[in-house]
Amino acid sequence: MLKIENMTMRFGGVIAANKFNVDIEKGQIVGLIGPNGAGKTTIFNVITGVYRPTEGKVIFNPSEVERDITGLRPDEIAKLGICRTFQNIRLFKELSVVDNVFIGNHLIIESNVFSSVLKLPKYRKEEKEMLDKSIYLLEKVGLEDEKDSKAHSLPYGMQRRLEIARALATEPQLLLLDEPAAGMNPQETRELMGFIEDIKDEFDLTIFLIEHHMEVVMGICEEILVLDHGSLIAQGDPGFIQTDSKVIEAYLGVE
Amino acid sequence: MKKDNRFKNSLIMLIVTIAVLFVLNRILDDYKLRILNLCGIYITLGLSMNLINGFTGLFSLGHAGFMAIGAYTVAILTMPAHMKEMNFFMKPIMPFLANIEWSFLPALIMGGIMAGLFGFLIGAPVLRLTDDYLAIATLGFAEIIRVVFTNTQSITNGALGLKGIPASTNIWWSWGVAIITILLMVFLIEGSYGKAFNAIREDEIAAQSMGINLFTHKVMSFTVGSFLAGIGGGLLAALLGTIDPNMFRIVLTFNILLIVVLGGLGSIKGSVVSAILVTIAMEALRFLDESINLGFIELKGIAGMRMVVFSLILMGVVIFRKEGLLKEN
Repeated sequence: MLKIENMTMRFGGVIAANKFNVDIEKGQIVGLIGPNGAGKTTIFNVITGVYRPTEGKVIFNPSEVERDITGLRPDEIAKLGICRTFQNIRLFKELSVVDNVFIGNHLIIESNVFSSVLKLPKYRKEEKEMLDKSIYLLEKVGLEDEKDSKAHSLPYGMQRRLEIARALATEPQLLLLDEPAAGMNPQETRELMGFIEDIKDEFDLTIFLIEHHMEVVMGICEEILVLDHGSLIAQGDPGFIQTDSKVIEAYLGVE
Repeated sequence: MKKDNRFKNSLIMLIVTIAVLFVLNRILDDYKLRILNLCGIYITLGLSMNLINGFTGLFSLGHAGFMAIGAYTVAILTMPAHMKEMNFFMKPIMPFLANIEWSFLPALIMGGIMAGLFGFLIGAPVLRLTDDYLAIATLGFAEIIRVVFTNTQSITNGALGLKGIPASTNIWWSWGVAIITILLMVFLIEGSYGKAFNAIREDEIAAQSMGINLFTHKVMSFTVGSFLAGIGGGLLAALLGTIDPNMFRIVLTFNILLIVVLGGLGSIKGSVVSAILVTIAMEALRFLDESINLGFIELKGIAGMRMVVFSLILMGVVIFRKEGLLKEN
């Protein structure tokens, strides 16, 4: 589904990611963990086109066909089927909840701006489908009752769920979640875990997520990557990661 | 159900507006009719600027430039040949323009298209800039247009301006265009593209990550906005009958910005109401510029006092009520 080959990202003298390699297979839930500042979000930013890597390649291959997506714009990458959420929630704050999800649909629209202004039948049909899909996704994340509220008026946990609904509206094949459980209580966290597995099955997704809650990572990820100072220090299933000495060192420090 | 109601309300509103205009058209004197016409034109202009600045969040100050393009296009295309000959006494008009005489509607549309075209051409390089840089670049563009129009003697008649433009604008033109613009804006903003514009205003990075091509959407909004500004400029030219490059200074952009900010960035209703109020107030407050005789004391008039009042109101609004005076929460 996604391959990153020898990717290095430098900001001036700082190396945020160093010769990073990963190969994510279709249908997997892969976790990316590491201490603060390890370069996790940088990797997401490189995948989604926010940054162009200094070296290396990002390859997207949802089917047999491989496509080098290094250096494409974020909107082009979203159109190819990779969508994300943000660590520090970036909703369209002043817009309604349903509009936030509706906008996620915009990239698949075929009608042009003129047919939208003239409300031609083809556009109306598309708009209806987009709206129905938005409502469906809101039901999915349990926000249908809030659909007319402004996004910024929602409590934190709901904002996170809304961000996921918005990302799902773009019909991604690969979904990147940047700390989806941040700021959630244990109860919400458990619900979130179930929810992530649900949407993975329903929308046939591959999920790559950054998370600090070990419960989430160990609970739902089949494969875990551990990052420290921009380099990959360990990779494997949860059982392996928990006992790996390098991981323990990076997280807990050694005497 | 809700939709039917809204349709009914809009229709009633439309009929009432037309009836009121019809009556006003009958009873008002020329001076007041002119103000009424200006109200209609400023609705179009206010909305066009709100699309760019309010809905899409692009800080553009090039409006006067696009209006100038529209105004000159309409003027040159509609003026009869003998009128042009009279105007261009310093240097004759370019031959291919000399005998053109279009009727008002195609000329007006052409005015919009020309402004839209320039919006598109200017947009391509400057819309890569953000915020204050965009404001400076668009402001510069408007100044360039003004200076170019001052110096292209054989096309625009330079600083002498154009006189005797057929006075085609009447209540039905100015308000007809205003009503069409309102409808266009409502449909645009409610639709998928309008929502994408809003998304760009709210958060560019998130919008782009949701697959919205920032550049094409910005250019789209900017082009439609400049098209409408050109139409507004054309209507203004055909209302005043006289134009010259100095009309299209930054002050003109400021007036429209005033309407947009007072009405609320991103509010269609706000822009419409504020266009009417500001236009009327501009005239009603004229006494501030003249000397006032209170019987026992005579206050000397200060030219430009009106604008001081408006500027103070504007400052008050941005400090205490950023969302505009008329925007509902």
